[in-house]
Amino acid sequence: MSAMSPSDTQALITEVLEIYPEKAKKDRAKHLAVNDPSLEQSKKCITSNRKSLPGVMTIRGCAYAGSKGVVWGPIKDMIHISHGPVGCGQYSRAGRRNYYVGTTGINTFGTMNFTSDFQEKDIVFGGDKKLAKILTEIEQLFPLNKGITVQSECPIGLIGDDIEAVSKKAAKEIGKPVVPVRCEGFRGVSQSLGHHIANDAVRDWILGNRDTDTSFVTTPYDVTIIGDYNIGGDAWSSRTLLEEMGLRVIAQWSGDGTLAEMENTPKAKLNLLHCYRSMNYISRHMEEKYGTPWMEYNFFGPTKIAESLRKIAGFFDATIQANTEKVIQKYQAEYEAVIAKYKPRLQGKRVMLYVGGLRPRHIIGAYEDLGMEVVGTGYEFGHNDDYDRTLKEMGSATLIYDDVTGYEFEEFVKKVKPDLIGSGIKEKYIFQKMGIPFRQMHSWDYSGPYHGYDGFAIFARDMDMTLNNPCWSRIVPPWQQAAA
Amino acid sequence: MPNVMIRVKENGNLLFYIAKKDQEEEIRTVECDSDSEWGGEIELTDGSRYYIDPMTPRPTFPTTLRFKRL
Ligand code: SF4
Repeated sequence: MSAMSPSDTQALITEVLEIYPEKAKKDRAKHLAVNDPSLEQSKKCITSNRKSLPGVMTIRGCAYAGSKGVVWGPIKDMIHISHGPVGCGQYSRAGRRNYYVGTTGINTFGTMNFTSDFQEKDIVFGGDKKLAKILTEIEQLFPLNKGITVQSECPIGLIGDDIEAVSKKAAKEIGKPVVPVRCEGFRGVSQSLGHHIANDAVRDWILGNRDTDTSFVTTPYDVTIIGDYNIGGDAWSSRTLLEEMGLRVIAQWSGDGTLAEMENTPKAKLNLLHCYRSMNYISRHMEEKYGTPWMEYNFFGPTKIAESLRKIAGFFDATIQANTEKVIQKYQAEYEAVIAKYKPRLQGKRVMLYVGGLRPRHIIGAYEDLGMEVVGTGYEFGHNDDYDRTLKEMGSATLIYDDVTGYEFEEFVKKVKPDLIGSGIKEKYIFQKMGIPFRQMHSWDYSGPYHGYDGFAIFARDMDMTLNNPCWSRIVPPWQQAAA
Repeated sequence: MPNVMIRVKENGNLLFYIAKKDQEEEIRTVECDSDSEWGGEIELTDGSRYYIDPMTPRPTFPTTLRFKRL
């Protein structure tokens, strides 16, 4: 299918919406839009961060997922209790591939599942006693933990437990931070509010802990990586670039991060924000309270990397700026070779994305570096400010969909016929069975890292491996193929 | 009466950020905008207007203030 005009795209949206009852149609229409890069503001064309309609298939998560799974979970030397019934934590355990170094169960706890395993009696009589007991037990069994967080699941808010009081008492007893997080799953419309709640908990219970402690020796080149969850090692491949520039990365939030790093973050000179959606709150707070500037960057694909590196260097002196040019030059041969190898195999292919956080806009550059075109994109739980940032990245007349439903996404794909889809595990097998190459872009389909120059090489290889896989020509079984 | 965080944008203009609505908007005009005083009626680039009693001295940004919607 050739490029679509705005009216074609609009017609497609109308056609897909046709099947809905009147009320649902009206509501969903606000979440689907034809991109117009000349618009400054997304609110003119798309509504986001609203409650999903009952009856449609959404792939959003809950506030607990946003707090435990995304923001707090990767902090490796703290123990995160999934407070409530066992399922919420167990079914999401270690699914996000936040890599870290350390000995699991001794000094790091990333892939383990701690839960208070609520039973009927805890719901009826309250779980505070149980929580207190767990906190002491954890301290005995895992003395090298640096702190504990209590991640509330739905029942905690419903039965009105006072986890704050228990946490405060336990913190005194064990002499380590114990952080109660009110991230019950029913709060908000998606995991997005969980990020916000988690950010607020960091602000209230962690961030100021070392404000009066001056023992940490700072340098003028201290930066932090905020909103990189080290999926498949992403933060590491970003960190090396920053270090080669001559900067010192003093904290990673929160992939492969530690409590001490978070506490020292206010001492940084610049906060580098990768996932805007999940950590802009804390960055804004630090700017207000400590005067630390923050900037958004994008380490997907050489064009955006170079752009971001230069922008970061702009905050520092001439030596850093000169170093930056050297870094870009150093990797030039490498990424040019990647492009030379894969671009001919991927040129002109069309991609549709539907992911969370930052990726629906951030990865576009990486695809473009490979000569591919993103023809549709959307966020699971984005807000207006995310779409504001997306409009400019996308081509004219491309599709933009917010909290797209299972049905809509399938119909769009049938009509737009992309060559590749990048989305989550819940969509993966549907589209693969439809015979469309698919990459799971939440945890890089068990691959990665994709950030940085090293990551770009892996990204390009993975896209080629998926798109040009011979299996796609074997989707129709021999007995159904038209006789030659 | 939304709580608004005002910060200086990369291009030097002031950014009006309403956390509750995730709305980021540049400020186009400020009624009283001098070194000694800041506030009054404020117009954003999308045309909406807000009011805050003028403050002395001029606050340092970023800061969170309470505005009245006009
Ligand atoms: S919505 Fe509630 S019960 Fe479901 S996973 Fe989230 S916290 Fe657990």
